[in-house]
Amino acid sequence: MSKTVKFKIDGVKIKGRAGQTIMDAADDAGIYIPRLCDVEGLSPQGSCRVCTVKVNGRPAAACTQPLTEGMDVENDILEILNYRRDIIRMLLHEGNHLCPICEASGRCELQAMGYRLGILQPAKYPYLQPVRPIDASHPDILLDKNRCIRCGRCIRASKQIDGKNVFGYIGRGIHKGLGVNGRDLAGTNVHVSDKAVAPGTCPVGCIIRKGLGFHEPIGRRKFDKVPIGSDIENPESGRGK
Amino acid sequence: MKKKIATVSLAGCFGCHMSILDIDERILDLLKVAEFDKTPVNDLKKFTQRCDIGLIEGGCCNEENVHTLQEFRKNCDLLVAVGACAIMGGLPVMRNAIMNSEDPLRECLEEAYLNSSSVYNADNDIPNDPALPLILDKVYTCPEVVKIDYQIPGCPPSGDILWRTLIALINGVPADLPYGLIRYD
Amino acid sequence: MKTADICFHLKCDMEKSAKSVVASVCKKFDHDGIRIIDILREVQKRLGCINGDTMELLADELSSHRVEIEGLVSFYSFFSEEPKGNITIRLCDDIIDRFAGVKEIAGVFTDELGISMNETTADGIFSLEYTPCIGMSDQAPAALINDVVATNLTPRSARTLARNLKKNHDPSKLVKKRGDGNNAGRLINAMVRNNIRRKGEVLFADRISSGAGLRAALKRKPDEVIQDVRDSGLRGRGGAGFSTGLKWDLAARADAKERYVICNADEGEPGTFKDRVLLTERADLMFEGMTIAAYAIGSKKGILYLRAEYEYLLPYLESVLGKRRKAGRLGKNISGKKGFTFEIRIQLGAGAYICGEESSLISSCEGLRGEPKNRPPFPVEKGYLGHPTIVNNVETFCCAARILDKGAHWFSAIGTDESRGTKLLSIAGDCSKPGIYEMPFGMKVSDVLDMAGAEDPAIVQVGGASGEMIGRTAFNRRICFEDLPTGGSFMTFSSNRNVLSIVDYFLEFFIHESCGYCTPCRVGNVFLRERIQKVMNGFAEEADLEYLKDLSTTIMMTSRCGLGNTSPKPVVSSIAHFPIVYASLTRESTQGFQASFDIQSALAESRRIARRQSMIYDPVYGESSE
Repeated sequence: MSKTVKFKIDGVKIKGRAGQTIMDAADDAGIYIPRLCDVEGLSPQGSCRVCTVKVNGRPAAACTQPLTEGMDVENDILEILNYRRDIIRMLLHEGNHLCPICEASGRCELQAMGYRLGILQPAKYPYLQPVRPIDASHPDILLDKNRCIRCGRCIRASKQIDGKNVFGYIGRGIHKGLGVNGRDLAGTNVHVSDKAVAPGTCPVGCIIRKGLGFHEPIGRRKFDKVPIGSDIENPESGRGK
Repeated sequence: MKKKIATVSLAGCFGCHMSILDIDERILDLLKVAEFDKTPVNDLKKFTQRCDIGLIEGGCCNEENVHTLQEFRKNCDLLVAVGACAIMGGLPVMRNAIMNSEDPLRECLEEAYLNSSSVYNADNDIPNDPALPLILDKVYTCPEVVKIDYQIPGCPPSGDILWRTLIALINGVPADLPYGLIRYD
Repeated sequence: MKTADICFHLKCDMEKSAKSVVASVCKKFDHDGIRIIDILREVQKRLGCINGDTMELLADELSSHRVEIEGLVSFYSFFSEEPKGNITIRLCDDIIDRFAGVKEIAGVFTDELGISMNETTADGIFSLEYTPCIGMSDQAPAALINDVVATNLTPRSARTLARNLKKNHDPSKLVKKRGDGNNAGRLINAMVRNNIRRKGEVLFADRISSGAGLRAALKRKPDEVIQDVRDSGLRGRGGAGFSTGLKWDLAARADAKERYVICNADEGEPGTFKDRVLLTERADLMFEGMTIAAYAIGSKKGILYLRAEYEYLLPYLESVLGKRRKAGRLGKNISGKKGFTFEIRIQLGAGAYICGEESSLISSCEGLRGEPKNRPPFPVEKGYLGHPTIVNNVETFCCAARILDKGAHWFSAIGTDESRGTKLLSIAGDCSKPGIYEMPFGMKVSDVLDMAGAEDPAIVQVGGASGEMIGRTAFNRRICFEDLPTGGSFMTFSSNRNVLSIVDYFLEFFIHESCGYCTPCRVGNVFLRERIQKVMNGFAEEADLEYLKDLSTTIMMTSRCGLGNTSPKPVVSSIAHFPIVYASLTRESTQGFQASFDIQSALAESRRIARRQSMIYDPVYGESSE
């Protein structure tokens, strides 16, 4: 049992353990900090910046920031909410997120984050409308990189859980994107049972399982009734931690 | 004084207008506080007076869409983009994916009228009647063409979110939108 | 088409040679994955590109993965998946070079070579492209031809240069009139000029006795050396200004077996070229500073990270290291100090501004994409390969060596309260005496402008692209950490330069150089530039300025590293200092229409294809347009 670390989130006193990140300790305390690139079971990478909080008045990513004794974390404040809305909007505008035709709609974490943060209109910024080729080479899996939000969850899942290297980042800046370890996805050793391509690993509709489109009816999809983060805020409502 | 409402469908599918009808019997309550001016709901083709609220469905694919949208901007105090097409182009905006090709518009027309596997076009003609509005080089969202004051997302937005937003706009208060009403699909 | 042809012609040779080249290069570097940047540099040079097949060969040889190699090749600008010519001409596309006429120079090259920018000639000999600041702003327009630097280009000299190249295909034959100082020496042999205009007492003092600093250091205990550096008040010269002594202290105290000393010579901030001059004239002093740091923190290994653009300095720097080894100032038992061992290797970069950020630089040294690391842990705790590491700027190490030689008090007596010592400024732009100025901290901007012979100065950019843009009302401000900090860049622009085109250039630069790791920097800067261009084109309204400020705040507050934390600064500071310029470019639209939407251009294609006019927007149909 590691040492207890006392700190505060929005004035609420919380006990965490030494070595934990703010995110982990908040999850344990039933406080949801919005996030996209961070997901349970994979090492945090701090790239989407949705989990930005203020630590003693300075911004930091909750998923990578370790706890320190007495730190004062601000999470649910208007300033931070506005940053998060801006970041979600940036992601919505960077790619092609045509929710009406996307198979991930209803279970998409980007979309759900828009709902949770109350983004009525994702139209603050211009739409970049990228044109990236779709990789349909694999018999079971389709990649639509126009929807990729660069969260790297598939990359880390492939490395850390599957022990493979199916995905990786390529390019730089606005051209940074998802690469595959071969000419195309069919040229890799990906298998449909890999965690990297399992439902829930890709938070959006970039990695799509062929033959399973729109299998959940509207009204029964993951985020139709409850906001993203409910499982952390109400653990008894059924999330195995 | 009753608030005056105008509505129009630009490059949309009229699905958002179906949702206007989906407010069901509440339309009677709406008519107690508001009246419709130019709208397909009453088939009024021209503005008869200045309006308080204009609801826009659909984005801009051709010059007529642009013209109509500009007319709405001139004649309405508040302009509300309703639905995915008005806000971000929606399904029609997928044609912008060919913008990077050599001759995008021609490619678009040929795909639509000649080459697509689902097309039967014995005359091999691309419609070009002078009465047809010219198509734009790409699909523009409503906020790209005129200033938009509010937006109601959804494809289509539900009758409930339309109702709640309209009543809030009429009363000049923020809309109360419980979870589940804000939807992008 | 052109590229495809080349591919076809080269393919047969390539297939045969790629395998043997990859094998021999990997062998040369002991199949050490950490040295992969060096491996890729050499493979790129020998094969002209690193395509998918070569990536697979490399992955096999190095027990890596194709996608990892592709990640590197697509990250660093100097690598290419498409075949490049044997001779790559890179024109410096800095804002200074733009104002100095680089577009005309580009016109001469495209004309002479018969290709456009970013193309390769059909014979596979020449490639032509733009590159961000190559550290020659005081002799702009400049270009890199492989590793040969051409400076002060004029359309005429560019034409002569291009014709000579076409004749003899040998960039090294271009070197005609050598520069001053060590530039003229056999090992550097470059046309580059130092342009040292003002010598101060720290870095360019006339008599600096070689080895004095190290001798003094070795007479003391390591913690005393650190204390000297702390007492001197020395702060990092790269721009951020962190206390050097504190950094060394933290690294020395970190619990570890190995520690590293890294010198940051990845001088990429637009308008900065002072490290280039230090590397040319004070290389020995810099290595001495590194050696002192190694002694102070207990390090055995050091790395000089040299930006790819300064490759022409490599043979000289290697020779300085060689001399130091011979003189017993590197290697085992340095200067007779038993047990003090230190070695330095030089790591060349491959074209990425972000690698100037210390944790990205460490990533790059480790053979990774040059992306910043998460902090904490900080490099002083866990840096290169997980070992405590100090990363200091070239100038910082030079200062440290001087401090040990002359004493902390001698140093701290110069400058201001929070900024001790002298600072090298690299001054460029609209002035008669561009070059290097060593001056005590605290000098007024107006005095600096006078010194440099600034012509009608109206806009001054202090600290490079990520620095502050000021106007005439702020010329009484001072160059120091407490007022206007700079890593060395100082650019002056006359009143006929357009503020917005400078801001736009900086944003273009940041978009090009953002690593893309985090959302706000990757995407936000693109949106900033879109709106700045809207302002430039006269389509913006007052509300757009609020949008720009608001977006800038989000980017600065949520980005993961210094690049995104500062990239909106040109926007924010120009709006603050040039309100009239912005006011004159914005107007309220009367009807609520977006001025940036142009129906005429949106219809142009359609008119052409349909061969008719618009019923609504063309007056020819009787109805007048709106």
